[in-house]
Amino acid sequence: MKKQEKNKVFLPPKKSIMYYIKKDWQLYVLIALPLLFVILFKYAAYPGLRMAFMDYKPAKGYAGSDWVGFEIFQKIFRDGDFIRALKNSLVFNFLDLLVGFPVPIILAILLNELKFPRFKKTSQTILYLPHFLSWVIVASVGYTLFKPETGLINILLRNQGLIQEGIPFLTEKYRWAVTYLLIGVWQTMGWGTIIYLAAITGISGELYEAATVDGANRFRRIWHITLPGIKSTTITLLIMNLGRVMGSNFERLDSFGNVQVRDFQYQLAIYVYEKGLSSGNFSRATAVGLFQSLVGLLLVLLADKFAKSIGEDGLI
Amino acid sequence: MNKKKKNVEFAESQGTSKIKVGDIVIMVIITLLCLTCILPFIHLAAKSVSSNTAVLSKSIFLLPKGINFDAYISIFKDGQLTHSMVYSVLVTVLFTIVGLILTTCAAYPLSRKNFKGRNIFALLLLFSMYFSAGLIPEYLLMKDLGLLNTMWVLILPLAFSPYNTLIMKSFLQATIPDSLEESAKLDGATNFQILFRIVLPLSKSIIATLALFFAVGRWNAYADAKYYITTKALQPIQYLLSNMVLNSSSDSVSLSEAAQVVSTPEVLQAATIMFATLPIICIYPFVQKYFVKGVMIGAVKG
Repeated sequence: MKKQEKNKVFLPPKKSIMYYIKKDWQLYVLIALPLLFVILFKYAAYPGLRMAFMDYKPAKGYAGSDWVGFEIFQKIFRDGDFIRALKNSLVFNFLDLLVGFPVPIILAILLNELKFPRFKKTSQTILYLPHFLSWVIVASVGYTLFKPETGLINILLRNQGLIQEGIPFLTEKYRWAVTYLLIGVWQTMGWGTIIYLAAITGISGELYEAATVDGANRFRRIWHITLPGIKSTTITLLIMNLGRVMGSNFERLDSFGNVQVRDFQYQLAIYVYEKGLSSGNFSRATAVGLFQSLVGLLLVLLADKFAKSIGEDGLI
Repeated sequence: MNKKKKNVEFAESQGTSKIKVGDIVIMVIITLLCLTCILPFIHLAAKSVSSNTAVLSKSIFLLPKGINFDAYISIFKDGQLTHSMVYSVLVTVLFTIVGLILTTCAAYPLSRKNFKGRNIFALLLLFSMYFSAGLIPEYLLMKDLGLLNTMWVLILPLAFSPYNTLIMKSFLQATIPDSLEESAKLDGATNFQILFRIVLPLSKSIIATLALFFAVGRWNAYADAKYYITTKALQPIQYLLSNMVLNSSSDSVSLSEAAQVVSTPEVLQAATIMFATLPIICIYPFVQKYFVKGVMIGAVKG
């Protein structure tokens, strides 16, 4: 309140839009370019969403297709394939979060405890690398390592006499689920440490010294100083990830997919692709996409609100 | 770093030894994790230059046996993979340039505090990150724009990245003091002059970082090619790879026939994977020293 009154006193009278355009026209020119791109390649697709409320026939176009209200949505919610895809998406994204979220935190703490700067730097560089490889490459490498007959892991295990027959890591659905999740963790763990390491750097070194004087060992220092120090970063990232629980990565699923694991691999991203582009069922695929986008947006907004309500910065 | 040093000195003054059991345990864990990141590739590299018999007898682990480059020779002879490689490099370079220009155009005005309307522009630019029309409407849009089965469908739609814009905006706000811009303004500099003479020269590290993000993102993605491109000559290398290695369908056979390869599919696959990974491995060491700093500044303030 007070601030506003102050502003009123010191600010010159409100200037017209033309004044700002004249003053900063170069900035407006600059920003016009990305705006044009967003409008042309993103917003221009929004009107296409009306397909979800139509019985869309590609041959007839929008004008010739009939409006059907929420019929498509009623259909998809009764569609067994959709229910299966939704269930798989939720289960796998939740498991991803459960398994994958703590790993970068633990890894960042371990990296921070390393004594030799050069060793620390080198290992960080190596750990970031998987993040920069495509899912095709990661999956190809995965198949090379995990194939029952010719995979390196199975060969090694067999040579050691630990197993008689190769373990089908990627062609039996429950083993696939575990392998798929762990490879996902492996791919992102190093990259995820960057933000936590940044947060740890922000913690005052004096805290650690004081704790050491008081006789705290390494574990207690981590527990009482490091973890509380990265709490707000952790919460922000957790909430951000919760907002993503609806979307799965098409390329990751596509790369690791095979006939034997279809029960689990069949998630919303695959559903939309197969029903939409492969089978030409545009209305249904669009309705599912819209459902996904809306729930995703809602989750992000709720998460943001929640973050702010517990005193964090929020995302938006 | 400083804090660490102090801790070590402190420990020394207490008479405790410098390295404890805990340190060794941590180093072992980290080393093992690092090994999981590089050993698979050493294994593949070894496989790709080994003789067929050694691979078939499953005796290749980390060192190649009976070294030969037959598999790589057949990749180069085949033409399809090399064509895809050259094409992918071209697409990646164009994409990175367009992406960097758009990101800078958005991030610089958004980082200026007294830029009127910047909240509205930010909302307009960032909203697409949270709500997308989905696959089918976007597919039809690309069709209407006449971009299906062209190289540009891999470049234009994704060239503006809200996420990278946020990183760059935070970087500019954190590293370039307002006073610098204000004094330039007082000296009569225009916004363009400030951008080109002051801001960009000071932003080399974030530009290198974002260039890597754009390049890697484009290089690795193949979903959009799968959606939008049916012409074989316009398929990027990752898409080709997914057809050849993962589906092990007709494509891998066609490669063998065309080039009259002498390698087994195993060796050929290993060589193909190495071939497609090479560009990343080549640029990664040069850019990696920048990106951690760039991302940290962007992330902490963002």
